[in-house]
Amino acid sequence: MIKSKVDEEDYWHSSKFKAFTFDDEDDELSRLKESRQAVNNIRRLVEEDDDEDDVERISWSGEPVGSISWSVKETAASSQRADREPAFPKISTDTPSISRSQSGYSLSSLFKGKPKVGNFQTFSDALTDSSVRLYAPELRKPKSEYKDYVSDWSPEETVQRLQQGKAVSLERFRTLQDKLLLLDHAIAAHDGNVITAVLIYLKRTLCKEVLFRELESRQTALRHFIHYLSETQNQRLLLELHRALGRAEDAALLQYKEHLSITDENKRRDFLKNCLSLPFSAEDLAHVQDHYTLLERQIIIEVTDRQAERGGKVEIFQKFPRKALILNMPLITTLYYCCFYHYAEPEGTFSSPLNIRQTFKISEKQYFVTALAARAKLKAWLDVDALFASRNWLGFTRKKSPLSFQRVVDILQKNSAPTHVLQDYVALVDDGELRLTLAQKHKCHDIVISVRSADAVQTYRDMKDRQLLLGYRGKVVRGSAEERKIDDLLSNPQIRWKN
Amino acid sequence: MRLRRSHLICCAASKEKMAAHLSYGRVNLNILREAARKELREFLDKCAGSKAIVWDEYLTGPFGLIAQYSLLKEHEVEKMFTLKNGRLPPADVKNIIFFVRPRLELMDIIADNITSEDRHHSSRDFHILFVPRRSMLCEQRLKEQGVLASFINIDEYILDLIPYDGDLLSMEYESAFRECYLENDQTSLYHTAKGLMTLQALYGTIPQIYGKGECARLVANMMLRMKREFAGSQNQILPVFDTLLLLDRNVDLLTPLATQLTYEGLIDEIYGISNGYVKLPPEKFAQKKQGEGSKDLPTEPKKLQLNSAEELYAEIRDKNFNAVGAALSKKAKIISAAFEERHNAKTVGEIKQFVSQLPHMQAARSSLANHTSIAELIKDITTSEAFFDNLTVEQEFMTGVDTDKVNTYIEDCIAQKDPLIKILRLVCMQSVCNNGLKHKVMDYYKREILQTYGYEHMLTLNNLEKAGLLKPQTGSRNNYPTIRKTLKLWMEDANEQNPNDISYVYSGYSPLSIRLTQILARPGWRSIEEVLKMLPGPHFEERQQLPSGLHKKRQQGENRTTLVFFLGGVTYAEIAALRFLSQVEDSGMEYVIATTKLINGTTWIKSLMDRPESPTQ
Repeated sequence: MIKSKVDEEDYWHSSKFKAFTFDDEDDELSRLKESRQAVNNIRRLVEEDDDEDDVERISWSGEPVGSISWSVKETAASSQRADREPAFPKISTDTPSISRSQSGYSLSSLFKGKPKVGNFQTFSDALTDSSVRLYAPELRKPKSEYKDYVSDWSPEETVQRLQQGKAVSLERFRTLQDKLLLLDHAIAAHDGNVITAVLIYLKRTLCKEVLFRELESRQTALRHFIHYLSETQNQRLLLELHRALGRAEDAALLQYKEHLSITDENKRRDFLKNCLSLPFSAEDLAHVQDHYTLLERQIIIEVTDRQAERGGKVEIFQKFPRKALILNMPLITTLYYCCFYHYAEPEGTFSSPLNIRQTFKISEKQYFVTALAARAKLKAWLDVDALFASRNWLGFTRKKSPLSFQRVVDILQKNSAPTHVLQDYVALVDDGELRLTLAQKHKCHDIVISVRSADAVQTYRDMKDRQLLLGYRGKVVRGSAEERKIDDLLSNPQIRWKN
Repeated sequence: MRLRRSHLICCAASKEKMAAHLSYGRVNLNILREAARKELREFLDKCAGSKAIVWDEYLTGPFGLIAQYSLLKEHEVEKMFTLKNGRLPPADVKNIIFFVRPRLELMDIIADNITSEDRHHSSRDFHILFVPRRSMLCEQRLKEQGVLASFINIDEYILDLIPYDGDLLSMEYESAFRECYLENDQTSLYHTAKGLMTLQALYGTIPQIYGKGECARLVANMMLRMKREFAGSQNQILPVFDTLLLLDRNVDLLTPLATQLTYEGLIDEIYGISNGYVKLPPEKFAQKKQGEGSKDLPTEPKKLQLNSAEELYAEIRDKNFNAVGAALSKKAKIISAAFEERHNAKTVGEIKQFVSQLPHMQAARSSLANHTSIAELIKDITTSEAFFDNLTVEQEFMTGVDTDKVNTYIEDCIAQKDPLIKILRLVCMQSVCNNGLKHKVMDYYKREILQTYGYEHMLTLNNLEKAGLLKPQTGSRNNYPTIRKTLKLWMEDANEQNPNDISYVYSGYSPLSIRLTQILARPGWRSIEEVLKMLPGPHFEERQQLPSGLHKKRQQGENRTTLVFFLGGVTYAEIAALRFLSQVEDSGMEYVIATTKLINGTTWIKSLMDRPESPTQ
């Protein structure tokens, strides 16, 4: 964040921003310790009884023995071994009392309208308590079912039969008008399954042009048709459809997606090249162009580097053998690879990091982070140093970074930079307190006991933390300049220590 | 502290009835579960003789909430396998039944199973049970593969609404949001309407229906239409629900993107709760006995079931995580005291009494141990710098700070190659809170994402745009601040310990969806017409006629019950907020929650991604 420290503090303290804080003194969660302790104490008591297993079974911990997913494994396993009958604990699955009577109904009997005679009757007659009544007459029998034996279904009835999963023939819908009427009734029912069934019939019996034209004014059906075609991987028809409907961008994206199923890198590259002529939006086209350019380069780099590696003459490939192919890796990964293996190359080559940065317009920050990480990994500290070099108009060099120095230290530390490297960058962290924390974390004594007394005085005046300084005194070399510096500070009567 | 006898009875009972917790709530959801079990038995009995079930593995989770293996065994299910390619394992049974979702790729596996079957030596009968619906597409696929005729029975098992807890139903329809808002496929809405008809068949016609959003409107239309189709016969059940509220997920795209801060919400965010179970890293659960070193640390994840059957969990699940420590320590004291009671037991009767309470106390102890461990695991994460930074940015966005600029934190996360979903969650949140991103900002994010994670994610970004989660700013002005202020989406003094408002579930942010629900109950939506117009989709009210005599005569002070149905998913934090509203004494309203799927930001974004099998993944 770009806010200054003071601003930020005010902001947090004064404003509504209440992040999830855990104050040390009043840490609700520190009470977890209490409960942990209690748990442990009790365990000792309980152990005497040694019923642990018994407790486990009723406490719902773990997958209950006898659950379905547990049993799938059990029974499958037992069939491979001998015919060992797994001993299932007898768990009663029937819920007693109330549910016994309720179970006289099932969902299907409610919907299918075929009450099991006897059962149903006696049940509803016997019931007086309305709260457990399951009688659902309104769902029992749609009117249309009385005509079960008529074969000349109206479009509406046909749709209903389809919904109920009953046999029905669509062949009687012959004219275009009939077919469309059927489709419209299916759409009105909102049952995707039925809409799809009708669409399959229409696809079979109508020519493409007519079908596409009619779908255009029926968006729901159109969506289902697209879904059906993509599910059945009918790419060709799908593309035609998109084109016919003027949904050019959708069609383009769809075709682009196909590259994912091409495994051969050369074929994939050629495919992407062909995609460039598709009607993408300007923005997407730029991305596809980049994708193509990237893969093209990766292929060239891969061929060259493979040879170099086999040749055994290029030192870096011997010292750090490549772990994976660079093909199809994201751009930033490729950049990292090039910063690792091809750092010093002139800008004219395909594998030069600078060239990649240029070609793909990689942001300064991204480039910086990636180069830093790659060079640090190689422990090329001079390169790292050079990344920060910037001359001001007087010709002095000073370290500049598009990244906060805290992040820089973080990246260096992750790549196990030695202390003498780290401390240079820790020293550049702006925020005094943060600098100190980082210095302590990375054991940069020089910074804690800063060489520049102005800094040290400021740091400790700010902190007024005598205890911390004393603690550090124990860690520095006896009799060193550092120790003397600390002693000077400690004996300075002008500092009002807070502790 | 003396444990009451009733407690013990309750505990012993729950040992036998595995689903007792479903009947504790305001509405007895066990009725629904029983109906589902009955249906399952009926189907099994249709296939006479011994049987083996081949499971679509995804279904074992939801089915586990309906039945146990013993039920299947009573109906002659002798073997169970997981569906996979190749030959079916040997099993000396008469029937082979496939329990599958209607998916084409599964049909191909089934076809492979059948064609690999040795025709000469086997005379097994094949059946398919589609869950939750049969599908023409699938049957056609089987036909193309030439195996359709091998099936004696093709049936469907309508498992629309699965009871998860005493007040919670889910269809576990993973792709519902994607289908509705990306593919414009309304099949899930049809299932929703069907599910609601089932519910009304069991619990009575719901007299009042409210809704907000396109999908809500469609579901209500379908319900009314289905009711008309059955006209002539009346539902004679006294209505249990007074109101149904249908809410589109796309009315509130913001809430699922935010990190949930309730205990259950965090468990889901961090470890993922699936079908009521969570898998946790085992280290903290190692049972160290005295005298034993830590020689065998378990390596298998620890699997725990999470629902209100567990007293302690029911108590703490909906609390803000910052209040969980205190609750656990309080519980620890109570349990310790209960164990200390043994010193006071002098007479035989007292000792007997103590011993009889032991099982319950031990269960409580074990439950406390588990949740202490989980809380410790979560605390490690919530106290990390990364978590804090992420939350800070989320809260900045939700309060409208700097939502129109490229955010440095997001930029840094991309540079660090943090998981793509995390990046997408934040970018989408920024977009939603700014009513779209400026072109420059959007282009910058897109470029950074594609360069770092691969160009093929163009497809995913496109999907997010289509779903409205990511959008370029159009001419219209940013109305999010107005919505935030009118609905009081940000509460400055959210009380995490003793909440007085739903905003505690996100430590300041009150979920928009739940605010709408709350306002509907009191003072009514008329008070927020302006804001409702800013949110997508129509809002509406419908009434369903009740037969005379079924009108409830409400007792003084009796609460009303509302069923809130989230089309496209709901988070645990939203559920917690509704439970909070149910408990507020003067609210006069109790809520039962239903949804197409229990989601969190991560699973939700994942469902919208175009998952290419790219080599970089």
